[in-house]
Amino acid sequence: MKIKLIAFGIAKEIIGPAESHLEVKNPCNIGDLKRILITQYHEFKKLQSIKFAINEDYQEDQFQIHEGDEVVIIPPVSGG
Amino acid sequence: MRDIQILDEPLTTQSCHDAVADPSAGGIVVFVGAVRNQTKGRKVLQLAFESYVPMALKEMGKIADSLSQKWGILHVSIHHRVGVLEIGEIPVIIAVSTPHRQAAFEACQYAIDTLKETVPIWKKEIFEDGTVWVSAHP
Repeated sequence: MKIKLIAFGIAKEIIGPAESHLEVKNPCNIGDLKRILITQYHEFKKLQSIKFAINEDYQEDQFQIHEGDEVVIIPPVSGG
Repeated sequence: MRDIQILDEPLTTQSCHDAVADPSAGGIVVFVGAVRNQTKGRKVLQLAFESYVPMALKEMGKIADSLSQKWGILHVSIHHRVGVLEIGEIPVIIAVSTPHRQAAFEACQYAIDTLKETVPIWKKEIFEDGTVWVSAHP
């Protein structure tokens, strides 16, 4: 299935474009996606943390991703 | 009331203060962030902030919920700036009003500490010889 990835901060620099599409197996949860990204982009492994959001909320590793979902990659935040 | 905004123009403490002023408030605490001129001895020229705005507003709303539940605050105002900021400029202001001052101090501290942990905003330090995304690496 196809999912849309949206990246911010350093994640955007690692992936390239801010928005991209990724073909993944179905089912695929957030934990699976994290492993795929770390394998594909080794720079992710070096980060302090990497989190994901769907529908503007953080989602845990067990959260199932659905076809067409927009998954936002959240590298370590540093507001303030 | 809650006044939560992400802005790409200079922030003012007056605006946040006025948003939380209330006749029943005994204290208003205002935290003002500032762009510092160095990190570990390395001269910082500018800071560039970016945000996933809809989620950042939602996460700041959750902080406001916590302030109401834990400290029974009267009002809160959180303004965060995005874009490129110069040294001394203000990236964030948080104002909290409560009937008694102790709760305002505690609630304001919780708000800025939690914002730094949960709200999807990122800053990049711009040095003379390169850039670094703050907190990205261990």
